[in-house]
Amino acid sequence: MPLTPVITEHWDQPDLYTRAGYERTGGYQALRKALATEPDAIINLVKETGLRGRGGAGFPTGLKWSFVPQGDDKPHYLVVNADESEPGACKDVPIMIANPHALVEGVIISSYAIRASHAFIYIRGEVPEAIRRMALAVREAKEAGYLGHNILGSGFDLDVVVHSGAGAYICGEETALLDSLEGYRGQPRLKPPFPAVAGLYSAPTVVNNVETITNIPWIINNGVDWFRQFGTEKSPGFKVFAVSGHVKRPGIYEAPLGITMRELLDFAGGMRDGSEVKFWVPGGSSVPMLTADHLDLPLTYEAMVEAGTMLGTGTPMMFDQTVSVVKAVTRWLEFYKHESCGKCTPCREGTYWITGVLKTFEEGKGNDPDLDLLNELCGQIMGRSFCALGDAAATPYPAAVSLFRDEFLMATHTPVDTSFDPALSYAFSEVAAR
Amino acid sequence: MTIAPGPEQTQTDLVTVVVDDISVRVPKGTLVIRVAEQMGVEIPRFCDHPLLDAVAACRMCLIEIDGNPKPQPACAITVTDGMKVKTQRTSPVAEKAQEGVMEFLLLNHPLDCPICDKGGECPLQNQAMTAGRGESRFEGKKRTFPKPINISAQILLDRERCVSCARCTRFADQIAGDPMLELLERGAQQQVGVADDAPFDSYFSGNTIQICPVGALTSSLYRFRSRPFDLVSTPTTCEHCASGCSLRTDVRRGEITRRLAWDDPEVNEEWNCDKGRFAFKYTHDGRVKTPLIREDGELRPASWPEALDAAARGLAAAGDRVGVLTGGRLTREDAYSYAKFARIVLGTDDIDFRSRPASDEEAQFLAAAVAGRLLGPTYADLDAADNVVMVGLEPEDESPIIMLRLRRAARKAGTRVWGVSPVNTRGLAKVDGTWVPCRAGDEAALLRSALQSGDSPADGSAEAAAVQITRALSTPGAVLLIGERLASVPGALSAAWALAERTGARVGWVPRRAGERGALDAGALAGLLPGGRPLTDPTARAEVARVWGVEPDQLPRYAGRAGSGAIVESASALVLAGIEPDDDPDRSAILAALGSETFVVSIETHHSAVTELADVILPVAVDAERAGSYTDWEGRVRPFGAAITGVSTVTDSRVLAMLADTMDRSIGRGDIGELRSELAALGNWTGSRAAAPDAIPETRVSDGLRLASWRLLLDLGRLQDGEPHLAATARATEALMSPATAAAYGLTDGALVTVTAVGTGSRPRGSVCVALRLDDVAHDTVWLPMNSPGCSVLVDLQSVPGESVLISLEASA
Repeated sequence: MPLTPVITEHWDQPDLYTRAGYERTGGYQALRKALATEPDAIINLVKETGLRGRGGAGFPTGLKWSFVPQGDDKPHYLVVNADESEPGACKDVPIMIANPHALVEGVIISSYAIRASHAFIYIRGEVPEAIRRMALAVREAKEAGYLGHNILGSGFDLDVVVHSGAGAYICGEETALLDSLEGYRGQPRLKPPFPAVAGLYSAPTVVNNVETITNIPWIINNGVDWFRQFGTEKSPGFKVFAVSGHVKRPGIYEAPLGITMRELLDFAGGMRDGSEVKFWVPGGSSVPMLTADHLDLPLTYEAMVEAGTMLGTGTPMMFDQTVSVVKAVTRWLEFYKHESCGKCTPCREGTYWITGVLKTFEEGKGNDPDLDLLNELCGQIMGRSFCALGDAAATPYPAAVSLFRDEFLMATHTPVDTSFDPALSYAFSEVAAR
Repeated sequence: MTIAPGPEQTQTDLVTVVVDDISVRVPKGTLVIRVAEQMGVEIPRFCDHPLLDAVAACRMCLIEIDGNPKPQPACAITVTDGMKVKTQRTSPVAEKAQEGVMEFLLLNHPLDCPICDKGGECPLQNQAMTAGRGESRFEGKKRTFPKPINISAQILLDRERCVSCARCTRFADQIAGDPMLELLERGAQQQVGVADDAPFDSYFSGNTIQICPVGALTSSLYRFRSRPFDLVSTPTTCEHCASGCSLRTDVRRGEITRRLAWDDPEVNEEWNCDKGRFAFKYTHDGRVKTPLIREDGELRPASWPEALDAAARGLAAAGDRVGVLTGGRLTREDAYSYAKFARIVLGTDDIDFRSRPASDEEAQFLAAAVAGRLLGPTYADLDAADNVVMVGLEPEDESPIIMLRLRRAARKAGTRVWGVSPVNTRGLAKVDGTWVPCRAGDEAALLRSALQSGDSPADGSAEAAAVQITRALSTPGAVLLIGERLASVPGALSAAWALAERTGARVGWVPRRAGERGALDAGALAGLLPGGRPLTDPTARAEVARVWGVEPDQLPRYAGRAGSGAIVESASALVLAGIEPDDDPDRSAILAALGSETFVVSIETHHSAVTELADVILPVAVDAERAGSYTDWEGRVRPFGAAITGVSTVTDSRVLAMLADTMDRSIGRGDIGELRSELAALGNWTGSRAAAPDAIPETRVSDGLRLASWRLLLDLGRLQDGEPHLAATARATEALMSPATAAAYGLTDGALVTVTAVGTGSRPRGSVCVALRLDDVAHDTVWLPMNSPGCSVLVDLQSVPGESVLISLEASA
């Protein structure tokens, strides 16, 4: 399956991030077309494309939009979730840096569809480059009359606010993001009511991922049939895959959904010399890991679920034989422990406990029976926590121990740094040399 | 906690749900956890509280719902028709989930139960026994914090005990409207905290201790003082104001150790204020312990017979020129005894319970509109009202539970609150109230203009406010709440009553002290016999005389004097009970009487300015030592039992009965049963009442800067004696002015200013020196706290609100 650069097509043009650069590639034509269309027709169009949310959960975008009550005399909001914080995920930030206007155009069209006159782009605070470029793009769009009052004479008004987060993984959870955007401490909200009914400032709100919204201009320009020629029936379209880890050319590869990991790996130059795939995750640390046996599975939402994992953010992380799975899982759990917001007991206390036990294994002092205890603790978090952060934290270990139990047993007597020389696992030899 | 379906839930809204294989019909929208409660199934919980919005954070109440792959929090799921719920009793999944959450909760909990105040009454302890596993499998290191930290002078926080249920933070935010508490940090480091410069100085802070499901919050007052199982508990009623809170008083070794808010959904729900919770040291300290008689200018202890004999002789010598002044501490039963004692033993009708700024107009208003009336308006009426208008009342300071109820009504029932007040207060903001600026003293004019206003549309003119008020009061169920402060504004009560009559609004008269309404109903006011009976009405006289066992003509023939000043000036002997001269604008007259030839019997709990000068002092019990009742502002009788037993103190009623016996007249035994049955036999007056007053607002000639003032909840009140931690959470003593007025006087925010009374006649001028804060205040007005450290309006300024004052920059500043 070949690569299909759509969103990434013109990323080699150095001025693509400016309005002039984007317009040279045909930018803002979709906006003109959309503004001449009924908003409901756009919602239906997006529904028919079968576009699924690219933030991780894969919820059908058009369906989400149609949940927004219309004619309710309340303000509506579009909120773009640009708080990309998932370990291993690096696709939204490059999109915002390389082609911010595509996102702005998508925001305008999407807001028009759901009748929002205010949109917010909530960007992870640690990426000032993306924030600067998005802010510039919004300013340029406003100067060009794409934003503000009576956009292109259509009678549609829209203001876009670029908002910087303050460094919390939980704020990628849509309701915590809304709390944070409102100025409160970012913690998830009780659902129902769902954001489509009572979201930002208790008004109907759509929260979409950066990549999802960036798809919209191309969908408007090219239509349903064009979009559905990519991907599968249940996972239509193309995906910005970000491949990282022990590959020769880590980076962004845009391909139809349904491409296999082996094919993607080939585009990335294969594993580094002398190494082979030990384990990998298809979409961030929050999805169960797979092994070399799974390289030929199509990267679609449905196939990944069938294989017991999830497509997640579609940002595969590849690990070779130099990596201790115990150490990798411990690092991930330390991340979740650090990022647990503290609201609910299972996530707050569970990550504290699990991390502590995993550390004993990392130090080679693990206890055999703790392997089952950890499985039980993960089971006590999974499905019992307030939001998906807890579920995510409970994900890495069970898959890891079922695939690599021997390695955990080895960690009952030998520190993992002894079994796996950390120097060998560095992805870049110059780092190892330091 | 039992849940009764509210009146709004009709039978048609019922749905069928199956809980643990038992089918029940419950109102639609009921939470699963409440349905289970009604069925007698207790689902363990921490964050859930029936009066707080659901948060579903602790995950302790996870249960199984058919068709749902994950266990669901019972505290946040409302039932739908046909829902099948399995609790821990029938679902292994729910049981396992709860056990897991409990194990997680105990992970970082210190298990210092043996030294924890909560031990023995701790939801975590109890539920760990019912829903937890015997032993922890956690072998790691527990998270610790330096302990404890003060989040206010009174409240201490042991962070490592906290289970992050967010009850305290939600209480502060949702119920009290004091969102100074917040969860900080994240993950296992999440902790409750306050901003560095904003301690949790909420008037309601103590409630957080009570609803904390672990021992994370404690009070300076109670910390390490007792174990719950060493306490003897008694249901009591709060004596600090007229809100009528139901409390539980816990006593250890004959002393009150703590007090809790008790559950009364009709009145205080499950809350009370910090004064009611923490101010009880007075019950022990500074008490008069034996009868005292003055001999050659010096007080000396005396036996009861000797003291009673001295009192009887002094009173008898004065003939019918005896006056009786009672204060706010009196129970309904005691006030009744004073009313009876004055009329048939002393033969006088010169009696008044209002030892505070008062007026004849007020007495007339109370006789016509309040005394002996049936219950209402009530707290529930505040919920039901479309509009509530407050005049001369700052409920957060003067009757805090009214503020809490108005806040709930505004948040949940859409009640709109209007505050006619010289200051746009924090309390008014908490009830989402609309401020109607009104200078102190102008309330009467405003109400009268509302009375005369037509239905012309509001146009932003000066009359607009009057029209708004009239309209608000004309809406269904509207309530007009008026504070006792209006007594010192001539014409205000007349206009308020007339306005209520015109608009159909109900009037709630809110006195500040717990005993006032009961004293009024018991007849401790000149011209009024018990039950609101006019003294001069033959039927009323006959009814009372029959119960009292006397002939009607043995009762005083004419209405006597009202008002402390009038009574003191004409009396050659006085009976004073619960009187603090500094609370009374006639303070100098009272103190003069005490220092003169007037024979004074002081029936008192504590040593005071009165006992220092009285001729005979008869010690009596504080309310914690006896049974009694107060009548709250609604007119609801709030009985209580004796919390401290086995002490030898006697009640006012008993002392009066002994004194009557000594004077060879009988008013009965003065015991609680007898008094209550007499009060029940008398009941309320059903005959015609005196006409409502029709006083005209006085025309203000001299103006300039006017004084506004009321008592802050926490101030120098005697019942708060001996509780420094509580006092440290009081609001600062400061003067308030609007920026425009301050600018006109050349004053700026934070300036130290001197406020001086404009003396009239022989009254000396006084002044106070306080810091000035600029705020939303009516024009040409300066607000001062009535009785706070460094600023006593009645003593230092010898002024009452509405009078003119001068202000200047303090020279030394």
